[in-house]
Amino acid sequence: MVDELKAEARNLNFYYGKNHVLKNINLPVARRKITALIGPSGCGKTTFLRCFNRMHDLYPGNRYEGEIILYPDKLNILSPEVDPIKVRMQISMVFQKPNPFPKSIYENVVYGLRIRGVNKKSYLDEIVEKSLRGAALWDEVKDRLHKPAYDLSGGQQQRLCIARALATNPRILLFDEPTSALDPIATAKIEELMVELKKEVTILIVTHNMQQAARVSDYTAFMYLGEIIEFGKTDKIFTNPSEKLTEDYITGRFG
Amino acid sequence: MDKVKISRYLDAAFAITGLVFCFIGLGIITVLFVDLFIDGAPRLTLKFFTSFPSRFPEEAGILSAWVGSLLIIFITALAAIPIGIGAGIYLEEYLRGPQKIGGFSGVPVWFASFIEINIANLAGVPSIIYGLLALGIFVYILGFGESILTGGLTLALLILPVVIMATREAIRAIPQSIREASYACGATKWQTIRWHVLPYSMGGILTGIIIGLSRAIGETAPLITIGALTFVAFLPSSPISSEFPFISFKWLFDSFTVLPVQIFNWVSRPQKGFHMNAAAASIVLMLITLLMNGFAIYIRYRFRRKIRW
Repeated sequence: MVDELKAEARNLNFYYGKNHVLKNINLPVARRKITALIGPSGCGKTTFLRCFNRMHDLYPGNRYEGEIILYPDKLNILSPEVDPIKVRMQISMVFQKPNPFPKSIYENVVYGLRIRGVNKKSYLDEIVEKSLRGAALWDEVKDRLHKPAYDLSGGQQQRLCIARALATNPRILLFDEPTSALDPIATAKIEELMVELKKEVTILIVTHNMQQAARVSDYTAFMYLGEIIEFGKTDKIFTNPSEKLTEDYITGRFG
Repeated sequence: MDKVKISRYLDAAFAITGLVFCFIGLGIITVLFVDLFIDGAPRLTLKFFTSFPSRFPEEAGILSAWVGSLLIIFITALAAIPIGIGAGIYLEEYLRGPQKIGGFSGVPVWFASFIEINIANLAGVPSIIYGLLALGIFVYILGFGESILTGGLTLALLILPVVIMATREAIRAIPQSIREASYACGATKWQTIRWHVLPYSMGGILTGIIIGLSRAIGETAPLITIGALTFVAFLPSSPISSEFPFISFKWLFDSFTVLPVQIFNWVSRPQKGFHMNAAAASIVLMLITLLMNGFAIYIRYRFRRKIRW
């Protein structure tokens, strides 16, 4: 790989209780690029994504082995000595279903700052505008920042969740099938937005939509039964995969 | 007759039976209320609210009873609300947490289940048992006497399971995705509770509290057990005093009576006049309960409108 790295999974194994879900995963995540994880349902792509912000720490019986190194400081974010809260402060996540808080649009965006103890109004105002512009939502909501987030459409809610994730200036943005609950127009908007966002931030996206991976990502990893079968430049994976399994999957022969 | 037709008739028959049962229930309550009203309405004058009990039924009133009820409920609310909400949050977010949101619960799993089962059972304990417990603990061991404080705390114990259950139900209704969203922003467990879990479940919690309190206001047995008086011709001492520090807590230790105890006392007298008083006091008690339940419904409606998932 020629690109500078932002993160790297090294010999990562993950267990739900006795269930060995991720098997010896190695994956580089290039800085300010979009890396897509594709694969059939149940292959572990979401599980893998949720290792990056230590979401699994919230539930009992989960165990990590191996490392995810965050560059440039070479911090192993899976290390038990690293507080998962500190990890989540640097690595934001956008979920499958839009999950805004039942609060105002404004309060949704500034939540990450409020819990860090930032309360200066002028600063928060500035961040709200910046984040909403970043999420391509500003023009649609600038006149109703203090209205409930639930009045927005599904696509707008998802962009609001992106703005909420951007507000804390993350180093990596994780997307977990962010468009699976949205219609094609809203999906197109989110995809455009991701391409725009990668100028500033590293993106890791899980998608079950291969066209989406092909459209937006720079690198693609194909996962199957908890393993990474193939990883490479997106063009190559989709036009000339080296593994038979990858080819079968992207040509729709299974999955 | 074909099968569909028979099913149709059965369908209609069931609907009619249901309607009849419904009317039986409503009818009995209406008759009771009308009967109470006919008996008690003539006594519902301002004087009835501002007089102490008396040997003469026409002069007797419920002043000490409604003041007593009010103060008792105040103490009950003060004790039951923070303890109940706190326990509910702990049980749901910390104790059940390991399945839901992980982290520290402070106790082993078997003990957690033990606490849970016992709280569920507490709701089914007869109220007189609470009276006996309070008589032992508050009156004798802690030496609070047969006082307003004891009465309030007793009723607080009584409604605690209701408040805890309501809190848990309300918290359980919050989707896990909201908690995950909060954690993903870098929040701690307490921040998630303080910014999301508590505010979003407040409607359900308040409803539970009010329903608990309206149950407490009608309780007689435990208060008689701990020694509520049936003839109180004085008010508790004033909470404001003319001397420094101007606030007095002496009223907490005064003896008291409450509306249901007063009603009980009047009903057990032979004179017809006292029965009228009992009916009038019952109307007051029923109206208070109805008002509280109405308020609970209103709060639930308000919060439901404000929060959608």
